[in-house]
Amino acid sequence: MANYLLIDFGSTFTKLCAVDSEKCDILGTASDFTTVETDITEGYQKALKKLFDRIGQKIEFEQIIACSSAAGGLKMAAIGLVKELTVEAAKRVCLGAGAKVDLVFSHHLNNSEIKQIIDMKIDIILLAGGSDGGNSEAVIFNADLLGKAGIKIPVVFAGNKSAQDQISEIFNKYNMNGHICENVMPSINVLNINSARDKIREIFLKQIIEAKGIKKIESEINRVILPTPSAVLEAAKLLSEGYLEESGLGEIVVVDIGGATTDLYSICTSTKRSDVIVQGLEEPFAKRTVEGDLGMRYSAPGIVKSLSEREINFINKEKGVDIVEEVNRRYKNVKLLPENQHDEFIDQFLAEMCAYRSMHRHCGRITEVLTPMGKVFNQTGKDLSEVSYVIGSGGVIINSKHQYEILRQTTNILNNPSELRPNDPEFLIDHDYIMFAMGLLAKIQPMVALKIMKNHITQVRGNQDETSK
Amino acid sequence: MKTIVIGVIGADVHAVGNKIIEYTLKKSGYNVVNIGVLSTQEDFINAAIETNADMIMVSSLYGHGEIDCRGMRDKCVESGIENILLYVGGNIVVGKQDFDEVKKRFLEMGFNRIYPPGTSIDDALKDIKTDLGE
Repeated sequence: MANYLLIDFGSTFTKLCAVDSEKCDILGTASDFTTVETDITEGYQKALKKLFDRIGQKIEFEQIIACSSAAGGLKMAAIGLVKELTVEAAKRVCLGAGAKVDLVFSHHLNNSEIKQIIDMKIDIILLAGGSDGGNSEAVIFNADLLGKAGIKIPVVFAGNKSAQDQISEIFNKYNMNGHICENVMPSINVLNINSARDKIREIFLKQIIEAKGIKKIESEINRVILPTPSAVLEAAKLLSEGYLEESGLGEIVVVDIGGATTDLYSICTSTKRSDVIVQGLEEPFAKRTVEGDLGMRYSAPGIVKSLSEREINFINKEKGVDIVEEVNRRYKNVKLLPENQHDEFIDQFLAEMCAYRSMHRHCGRITEVLTPMGKVFNQTGKDLSEVSYVIGSGGVIINSKHQYEILRQTTNILNNPSELRPNDPEFLIDHDYIMFAMGLLAKIQPMVALKIMKNHITQVRGNQDETSK
Repeated sequence: MKTIVIGVIGADVHAVGNKIIEYTLKKSGYNVVNIGVLSTQEDFINAAIETNADMIMVSSLYGHGEIDCRGMRDKCVESGIENILLYVGGNIVVGKQDFDEVKKRFLEMGFNRIYPPGTSIDDALKDIKTDLGE
């Protein structure tokens, strides 16, 4: 048992968290700007100095491990055959692996789509399509087109197993950086995440972090093991399920509102009801969705984009602000920190919008179908209504004076019976921003990570009025 | 092994016959992809594309089959599986209509085989074997 240092090389900040595994406690946290453009070690050293200053002495670490979402995170293209089936399955695998899914394609690729893959500087391509024994023509066509175009970035093939041999041949023929793994959808509506997800993580470690200038740091730390969202997903899973005799919190949802994205994680079964008919592709127990158009800074304009002019006018009048001007100001100055009540007010408002919208897209739907046999319920997506806890993470939530109001947006505040949002959850906050760190620690000391999370992820801040609402 | 997509179309939750069809076809050596009850035309077609199916077998027990099946062949054509075999059976229309008339309407809609109420799946098996060239 000893001290561990956990690091997140984020897009804006390099965050450090030191843990004493014997006392099962956090020694300290610190952060500084990520310096991936020049030398990533600079920002790390600055943050490390701050950390030692806070602890009051220099300490030795048994292990130093890191996750990263620096230099744009892990950018992926998901390719499948039918939109609702293998395309969706491929997308979920990418998200589960902690990637940003920048491009999504179905059926036969064309040249302009290949060009997008090159122009967008995609890191890894996930190529799926066809259930096992099913369609193999499309994946073979697509692999061939990627080969002809001279694509040299890693391509993970996770489609019809019957096409594996031909795909291998294509990979060899064009000298591609190809990898073969299990089908993401072996039969209709069955989701098989693990094999492809692990392959993506492996490629991320071996190839991507090097390309992103993060490898430099490896002489000073032990290793970079995960993309950051993947670490958070691991932490959420551990906190939900527990470890050995130490119980978890049960079913949970984690909302992480960042500058560029809003990530939502749900750890629960897709339904507990016996009176519904669940349709569509199987849902993962640990599900992550990420909204690239909902964020506090880089993606602030996206929040307004989805509003109609009428709604914008209404907000401006109601709140006495110019919301378009405010989001643009944040987009232009991503390092802006709220300095006055007005800024805080706007950030609070934007965060509430992010929380509401991201849950709107994450949660499942239920519809009543009238049949000659009577009324039946038809469900798509995950039913989150019985979730016990909604946990908030990310700077804006942690620093908010009205945390309750942000997290409340994930519940069914508009009483829309078709959205399967959490009904009556308790709200908790990741006050010290430790979830990524605990996801890393979970890989070596799961019990310690779990105990620390249970101690440090605690009640929302807010006045009694708010919390008793 | 030939692949057959089966399911119950529309707001129809009759699951028993669906299971019997699955059982019989599997026993007869087919790769059966059962998409279950409450399925839309798109669910059938999507499954058929991904599994490279040879046939779609639509069940409808609640009398609204004609409405639910309209335009299905057109969607198959649009989706690039224009040559797939389409079978339909069950209580596919309301009331006691002349079945020859019903059959004619479904043939015009692009279905290859249409079965009246009470047909056993064993009877359809002969047609399946003929149509799939076995």
